[in-house]
This record gives sequence, structure tokens and C-alpha cells, in this order.
Amino acid sequence: MRKIKEFVIEKLILLSGLASIFFVILIFLFLLKEGLALFKITSPFDFLFGKSWYPISEPPQLGILPLILGSLLVTVGAAVISVPIGVGCAVYIAEVAPLKIREVLKAGIELLAAIPSVVLGFIGMVTLVPLVKNVFHLPTGLTALSGSIMLAFMAMPTIVSIAEDALYSVPKTYKEGAFALGATHWQTIWRVMLPAASSGILAAVMLGIGRVIGETMAVMMITGNAAVIPHSILVPVRTLTATIAAEMGEAVVGSEHYFALFAIGIVLFVISFAINVTADLCLHKKQS
Amino acid sequence: MRNPRRTEKIAFFFLLLATLLIVVPVGLIVVIIIQKGLPAINWQFLSDMPRQGMRAGGIFPAIVGTIYLVAGAIIFALPIGLLAAIYLSEYSRENMLTRLIKLAIVNLAGVPSVVYGLFGLALFVVFFKFGASILSGSLTLGIMILPIIITASREALESVPSSFREVSLSLGASKWQTIRHIVLPNAIPGILTGTILGLGRAAGETAPILFTVAAFYLPQLPHSIFDQAMALPYHLYVISTQVPNVDEKIRYGTAFVLLALVLVMNLIAIVIRTRFRKKKKW
Repeated sequence: MRKIKEFVIEKLILLSGLASIFFVILIFLFLLKEGLALFKITSPFDFLFGKSWYPISEPPQLGILPLILGSLLVTVGAAVISVPIGVGCAVYIAEVAPLKIREVLKAGIELLAAIPSVVLGFIGMVTLVPLVKNVFHLPTGLTALSGSIMLAFMAMPTIVSIAEDALYSVPKTYKEGAFALGATHWQTIWRVMLPAASSGILAAVMLGIGRVIGETMAVMMITGNAAVIPHSILVPVRTLTATIAAEMGEAVVGSEHYFALFAIGIVLFVISFAINVTADLCLHKKQS
Repeated sequence: MRNPRRTEKIAFFFLLLATLLIVVPVGLIVVIIIQKGLPAINWQFLSDMPRQGMRAGGIFPAIVGTIYLVAGAIIFALPIGLLAAIYLSEYSRENMLTRLIKLAIVNLAGVPSVVYGLFGLALFVVFFKFGASILSGSLTLGIMILPIIITASREALESVPSSFREVSLSLGASKWQTIRHIVLPNAIPGILTGTILGLGRAAGETAPILFTVAAFYLPQLPHSIFDQAMALPYHLYVISTQVPNVDEKIRYGTAFVLLALVLVMNLIAIVIRTRFRKKKKW
């Protein structure tokens, strides 16, 4: 009797172990199931490189180039801000900060990671958006720049914590060796620690960018949601994620618009998959 | 010019600056929300239905909806997540399959939240015909927090020393008995921490519930798991972008309640973690 019970339990454990793989495949299959129907109507080329997104005109125009460029602009902006600051903060926490301050700083970063994105979006609307509007004398502060700043902020916890781990995992002997040769602490960080931790830091940057591309609510609330090809960072843009979130509520199940939003979902899934696999490879390279 | 000591000072100054650029805004955000949100909080705000198209009244149904959703998500995700963690920590070997499972967990954690929303819509709402309901929303959130629970539980299980297992096995206990009576009890604080962090994440997410459960304005409580429900994060989104002329007090009040809920959960998780670390005998 006990043997049967244990047999059943161990099979359940194995099944649950496989559940993650099952869910990843399930998510991809259901995105494909709903999204691929679009390509009976529109060619993949017209979908990816079409310049206009008018999903409810007759006939609908479903080109996501403006959305891709919107996402790209906001992401590049966020990366430019968050990578130097995030890596700098990680170095400070891992190398420079006194032990007691270190714990406080880490708690602060954890706090930031815990704040729901809709709360950050709300705060961005009432503080950052008017600020951007006044500083640049714009008709509206709902711009790609506001989105970039907010998203940079949201990418920080990911970048800081993974980069910090990478710095910690550099063998102590490297550092001691550099000190013994008379290098200053900063020379050691710059010439020894950072190069030694480079693959982990690269992974941190990639995962941070992955977080930015996938972020939805905050970006929808503060980028202004204009689905046109952006010509500057000071105009409203719309990202891939915001398009899905803003329009799925109105799209009729089974319509071209509905299929197109799922096709955008496929694009996002593929991007995040590629980023995560590459980042994982980087982290594994470090271990071996 | 090339004085290494001075270079070091300048470099450390910029590192400190970078750190302050992150930490100071975080503090400001929390302070602003507490300062402007706390005065809006009273018993009526927490226990009343929203009125006049959400421009007055309270946020009671949104709080209840969020509690239902989070409870549903954890009922679904905790058993699967815990068993998966047991598999990875106690049964798996260093092989291709384990590598694949770990990669799948990383990917599951990286899928954009709005894509979970699409998936929940396609699978639970449309394919299984659950409709937009608490059930669909909970299951979607449950899959989303699965990687958090698996990762935290696995770490907790792996931190139990292998000598504990060896002693138990040498006394004639079976593998499952060892896990059930020796490994699991010693890993409970870590598992609890992961579970609470998962709860906090589920309570704060908006995109996955947009099309699977969230009701724009529903001034009543849900009657069954097949009903739509309001939820705090979606409610905050609605009153700050979709409904004009909402009193600022109500917006800040809602943001405060949501932030407080999430931060309290995180705080509990941190307290459990530190207390456990102090008590740990090995």
C-alpha cells in the first residue's frame, strides 16, 4: 500500500517537474493557434513592415512597423539610461558600500522591484509627464522620453541584482592579486572585476532589456499611445505591448484585429524567448 | 593628471551618484503615495461600493476581487510549484532534461505579462469557455507566478544539508518519507517566502487580468468563480486613465491600498527570511 502511494507521489512530482516545459509550449501553441490565422489574410512581410496600423478601418490595415519602432525607441532610450546607472549601482553595492548601507540599498532595490507597474505608471503620470512637458515646452508630456525614463527605472532592479551576483562570483583571488600588485581599488574594479564579470553583466543587461520590452501598463499610461512612426523621442509613441493591452478589449473574437493582436503576441514571445535563452547561455558560460 | 587616487575618488563619486539616482526616486515614490494617499483612507473608502461611475464611494469590490484572484492563483500554483521544486532538488540529475526544465522556468519568468493575458484569453476564456471569470484570471496569474514559487522553493530545499537526508535514509526511511518528514519541514520558511512573493506579484499585476477577468465597473461582489470581478490594479488603471474627473484623493487612495498590500506581503517575506537565517542551526 505504501509502495503504491509513493509510486503515485513520485510520478506526480515528475509530472510537475515537467509542467514548466509544458506551459511554455502551451503558451506558444495557443499564440500560434490564434495568431497564424492572420497570415491567411495578410502576408508576414506586410504585417511586420507595413507602415500603418488602422485595425478598425475598412479594410483594416495591419502593419506593425510603427509599433515595432515605438517599442524600439522606448527600449533603446531606457537602455541608454538604465545600463550605466544600473551597472554603476551594482558595482557600488558589491564593492564600495559599507556593509550596513549595503543591506539598506539592497532592500531599496527590492522595494522598487515589488512596486506594481500600474502604480509606477500612475506616479509617472502625475510627476514625470508634467515635468517632461514643462522642461521641453511640449504640447503633451506623454512621450517616448517619459516612457524611456520610467522603463529605465523598472529595468534597474533586474540589472542591479544580476550584475551584483556576477561581481560577487568573481573569485576573491583575482582581487587580492590585483591589490598585491599595487592597484587601487578602482583600478581593480575597472581592469579586473568588471572584465571577469562581463558575461554575467551582459546577461543582466539583456534581462533588463527583456523586462523593458515586455513591460505593459506603465508604458501604456505614459507614452501617449499614438500608433504612428516616431520621428523624435519627444513625441507620443505606442509600443507592441500597449497595443495588445489597449485594443484586445474591443477586438471581436475571431476578427482580423483579434488575430493581429495575437500575432503581435507571437512577436513578443519570440523576442523574450531569444533574450532569455541568450542571457541563460551567458550565465552558463560564466559558471563553466 | 593621472593620479590613481584622484581617479578613484571621482569614480566612486559617480558610482554613489548612480546608486542615489535609483534609491532616492524609490523613496520619493513611496513617500508621495503615503503622503497623498493616507488621508483618503478611512473605513468607508475600504468597505463601500464605488459610486457615481467610480467618482465617489469606496473600493471594496476591487479589494475583494484581488483577494479572490490571488487566493485562486496560489491554490493552483503552490502544489505544482512545490512538487516541481522537489523534483528539481531531490530527483533530477544533471542531464539534458533538467537543463530544459530550468530553461523553461527562466522563459516562463520572462514572458511579458500581457502575453500571459493573451494566453489566458485564448486558453481559458475562449477554448475552455470559462468566459471572463475569476477562474480564468486566477489560472492565468497562477501560471505567471509558477517560476517564482519553483525558484524560491528549490533554493529552500537545496539549502537543507545532505547529511539530514543521509541520516534519514540510513535509518531505513524511504526517499519520499525522507522528503516528507525531514527535507520539507526544514525548508518551510524558504517556501513560505517564495509563496508570499508570488502572492505580492499576483496582486499587483494588471496586464494578465485585463482580458481574463477584470470588470471595468461592477459595484457588487462576485457570487462564484465564474463571475467577473473588479481588481485593485485594474481599478487604479481605469480611474487614472479611462474615467475623467476622478477626485485625486480616490486615485491616490487606491494607489496607496495597492502599494501597501504588495509591500506588506514583501515585508512579511523578508521578516520570515531573516528570522529563519538567524535560527538556522547549520
